[in-house]
Amino acid sequence: MRLRKLIRSYTWLLLLAAFLIFFPMLFPSLAFVNIVSEMLIMAIFAVSLNLLIGYTGLVSFGHSAFFAIGSYTTGILLQKFSAALPSPLLVSLLSSMILAGIVALVIGYFCTRLTAIYFSFLTLAFSQIIYTIIVKWDKLTGGDQGLVGGIPKPMIQLFGLALPVSSPFQLYFFITVLALISFLILKILTDSPFGWTLRSIRENPERMNFLGINVRKYQTIVFTISGFFTGLAGALMALHVSGSYPDYAHWTKSAEPIFMIMVGGLRVFTGPILGAALITQLSAYVSKYTGAWGLIFGGFLILYLMISREGILDVLALKWSGFKKFREEK
Amino acid sequence: MDLGSLLHCFESPGCIAIQFINALIIAMILFLVASGLTLILGVLGVMNFAHGSLYMMGAYFTYTLMKYTGNFGLALILAPIGVGLLGVVLERFFIRRVYGLDELYQLLMTYAFILVFDDIVKFIWGSFDLSVPPPQTFRRPPVMVFDSVVPYYYLFIILAGLLLVGAIWFFLTKTKYGKIISAAAADPEMLMCVGVNVPLIYTSVFALGSLMAGLGAGLATPLRSIVPGMGFAIVIESFVVVVIGGMGNIIGTFMVALIFGLMRSFGILGFPFFEMGFIYILMAVVLIVRPYGLFGKART
Repeated sequence: MRLRKLIRSYTWLLLLAAFLIFFPMLFPSLAFVNIVSEMLIMAIFAVSLNLLIGYTGLVSFGHSAFFAIGSYTTGILLQKFSAALPSPLLVSLLSSMILAGIVALVIGYFCTRLTAIYFSFLTLAFSQIIYTIIVKWDKLTGGDQGLVGGIPKPMIQLFGLALPVSSPFQLYFFITVLALISFLILKILTDSPFGWTLRSIRENPERMNFLGINVRKYQTIVFTISGFFTGLAGALMALHVSGSYPDYAHWTKSAEPIFMIMVGGLRVFTGPILGAALITQLSAYVSKYTGAWGLIFGGFLILYLMISREGILDVLALKWSGFKKFREEK
Repeated sequence: MDLGSLLHCFESPGCIAIQFINALIIAMILFLVASGLTLILGVLGVMNFAHGSLYMMGAYFTYTLMKYTGNFGLALILAPIGVGLLGVVLERFFIRRVYGLDELYQLLMTYAFILVFDDIVKFIWGSFDLSVPPPQTFRRPPVMVFDSVVPYYYLFIILAGLLLVGAIWFFLTKTKYGKIISAAAADPEMLMCVGVNVPLIYTSVFALGSLMAGLGAGLATPLRSIVPGMGFAIVIESFVVVVIGGMGNIIGTFMVALIFGLMRSFGILGFPFFEMGFIYILMAVVLIVRPYGLFGKART
């Protein structure tokens, strides 16, 4: 029984993996690979931000900071120190995640002192500090031009194997594997007692305090984990677009994953993934055929807020649980 | 860093004067926009990210009115009124629905309007930079302050700004309507019980806040270029001022707008590209040490 439940709660991941790996093998298309790479990167970003928003009830407006730290770290390391590093690509990705995680730990330590709107504003302030540092430090980051001139993608040396990631297809598979691993880790995390503690903190932080849970400690830890994986998303983005830009740190970038979370659903693990897929796809099509992405997407968001206000998968999950109850009663 | 040019500036009274005047101009315009924002935040409890878009609409309205009438005074009156009416429509049909909800929905709703307004502006006015020439009345030889040149229009902004600061303060603290507004912020249900039409008060507060954004935009148009997306910068600056000053606090907003102007105009000499960095650092420190703002009072 437990095993069946376990398998059922990971079926989506297997299906997703099968689709992502076999579809482009059967129907190779550059457009597909490009857009799905971007979707997956944004999905990592949104899922890790949802650890805070959906699971812990902390609305961070400043996650662009960790995305940018991730993308600049990988970009700079590969551009300037590619020759000096052993296994440069993996080291760069890992450094991105660790650096983003450390910065998230520091920022999270201060932000979790505050609640609600004050928390959001403090994350915003920190991300804007990072943004100004990136623009100012032009010797390292290229200033407001960004890291231009392309980022080399050396082969990955792993267990005696050499995997090339320089073509879009190779990079796509690399991103897919990392995204699936991230989803798996984060899914296990949210299903663990740690994840349930986070949900309880979201529902009633005071009570959790009474129960002897150090709420701030948990919040700081989850903030750090969230920053860590957002750093990975940023690093992959640097590889995907072969560059890194100050816009990645700007507060408007923090809004994108929030949209994805809200549209896809924030109470279901896969919600942000669906949101990322939908919005990235929509954005690509609408921008291709009309110049009015803002008008259409903004209008769509406003309508959605007026009508339902629930994410797609949230609604479905609610319906499904109602249906199951109905069936059991019968 | 370029500390040399900052120190060099402090050696000449002319340079200090001109930077000080620049600071005042930044402060006055920012105060007008931010006070509208803080009013909406304080009374309605809505984080209105669309406030920057209202500012932008004010600038475009001013541009169009100037183009067809050529009368800056008229534009300065009609444009803010237009923005105020736009605010009424926004509040009545859309923003009203997110009162009291999680701030996520407020962020989403108001941010969606930024996207919508930016595109509308692109369709109507195009995506190029537009500018409004300084009004005819002020085209006269500039004033000399310690052998530095100060255009007349700068003095007008400072004077008009100071008058408006006084007027807003008087209106909110001394008139009956102002007292009703603070009552609506403190306890809307009680206010409803004593027979005040609170939803109407809410609409009027939103309209008033929008009007102030339009007024700031009207005053700023002869100085700044008008371009889609101009709302992003001003709304974040306004939020910084509002948060540091204490949400809902008009005097605090004014003081912090002044500090902001000074930090920006002198900071740009000593730390080009990083002048905003100090302001965000100040914001972070204030939030950590005094989350209710430099001039706010702790809520118990």
